[in-house]
Amino acid sequence: MADLSTDKVLQVELVAADRLVWSGQATMVIARTTEGDVGILPNHAPLLSSIIEGVVDVQTVEGETWVAAVDAGFLSVADNRVSILSERAEMSHEIDLEKARQDLERAKESGENDDAAEEAVRRAEARIRAAERAS
Amino acid sequence: MALSVREYRARIKSTESMKKITRAMELIAASRIIKAQQRAQAAAPYARELTRAVSAVATFSNVDHALTLEPENPKKAAILIVTSDRGLAGAYSSSVLKEAERLIEKLKGEGKEVDLYVSGRKGEAYFKFRQRAVVQAWTGFSDQPTYDVAAEIGATLIAAFLADVEDSESDVRAVDEVHVVYTRFRSMLSQEPTAVRLLPLEVVEGTEAPAKADVLPLYEFEPSPSEVLDSLLPRYVQSRIFFALLQAAASELAARQKAMKSATDNADELIKKYKRIANQARQAGITQEISEIVGGVNALADAQAGSE
Repeated sequence: MADLSTDKVLQVELVAADRLVWSGQATMVIARTTEGDVGILPNHAPLLSSIIEGVVDVQTVEGETWVAAVDAGFLSVADNRVSILSERAEMSHEIDLEKARQDLERAKESGENDDAAEEAVRRAEARIRAAERAS
Repeated sequence: MALSVREYRARIKSTESMKKITRAMELIAASRIIKAQQRAQAAAPYARELTRAVSAVATFSNVDHALTLEPENPKKAAILIVTSDRGLAGAYSSSVLKEAERLIEKLKGEGKEVDLYVSGRKGEAYFKFRQRAVVQAWTGFSDQPTYDVAAEIGATLIAAFLADVEDSESDVRAVDEVHVVYTRFRSMLSQEPTAVRLLPLEVVEGTEAPAKADVLPLYEFEPSPSEVLDSLLPRYVQSRIFFALLQAAASELAARQKAMKSATDNADELIKKYKRIANQARQAGITQEISEIVGGVNALADAQAGSE
C-alpha cells in the first residue's frame, strides 16, 4: 500500500470545469451523492460516485474546515486521493450571500415544477448553506 | 514620380496611423494570449480527472452506452467548426474552414450527409455567403469561451446524436456521428487546424494501464456503474468541446498577434519607402527650381548683353 506517512491524510482536489478551486491535504471530506451524504476518511475504499448540488465539507490537516458549494458532478476516491469534479464550484468565502438569496427568490418565483427550475433552486440553496455555514 | 511631395507626406501620415492601430492590436493579442493559455491550463485538471474516471469505468464495467455505440452504417454526420468572431487574424479562419471543407468532402465521399454547426461569426458568414445551410451557430465568445457555452454546444450535439435518425417527426436533426474541426495550439508560432471525431466516443480501455505504475484501483460505483457512466459521458463530451474552444481561442490570439506583427513591420517598410521617395521628390523640386532660376538669370543676362 501507500507509505505510512501519507496513510492518514487525504489529498483533496476540488475541481471546477474552468479552474482548480482548492487542493490540499485533509483528514475528512463530506459530500452529498445521489444516494445521500458520504464522509470520506483516509484509507477509504476506491469509490466513484455522482454528486448532486450541495455543500462539500473539507477538514484540513490544520484543523480548519472549508466549505464549498458545488453543482452536480463526481467524486472519485482512490489511494487516499479525493477528487471532486463539478462544472461549477465555489468556496464559501467567494459566495455573495445577498446575490445567492436573490437567485433563490428568483428561482422559486419563476420555477414551475420542471427539472431545470428545481436544479436552480437546489443550486442557490447549496450556495446559501455554504456561505452561512462558513460565517 | 507622378505625385507631389505633399501627397507623399499624406501617405506617410496615414500609414503611420495605421501602424499605430496594428501595433495596438498586436499588443492586445499578446496580453490576451497569456490569459487564454492560463485558462487552458486551469481547465486541464478537470479534463484529466474526467478522463481518468471515464477510463476507470470503461475498464471495470461493460461500456454499453448510447454515446459509445457505433451505428451500423452511418448516413448522417454533424461537424462543429470552431472559427473566430473577428478577422484580422491572418489565415486563421480560412485555414480552419479549409480543413472543414476537406472533412466535408471526405464524409460526402463516404456517402454521408453533413450537418453543419458553427461557432464564431467568421464561419457563420462564410457559409451564409455561400448560401449553405447551417443547423446552428454560436457567436460572440471566440476569444474567451466559458464553460457554459461549451455545455450548451455539447448538449445540442449530444441531443442530435441521441435522436433517432429514422424518426423524421422530431425537430432535432439526428446524426450518426459528430466531428469537431478546431485549431490546435501547438506553440506561439504554430497552430494547426485539426479534425477529430467526437461521437461516438472512443473510450480507451486500460490496454496499456497495467504496464504503468498507476494501475486503476477497483472502484465501487455509486449508485451503479451505468448510472455513473450516464452522467459521466455527457460531461466528458462537454469537456472535450470546452478544450477545443480554449485551444481555438489561444490559436486565434496567436494568429492575430502574428498577423498584426507582420502588418506593423510592413507599415514600417512602407513608411521608409515613402520617405525616400518623398525626399527624392523634394530634391527634384529644389533642383528644378535652381535650374529654373539659373536659366532665368542667364536669359536675363543674355537679353541685357544683347540690348547693349
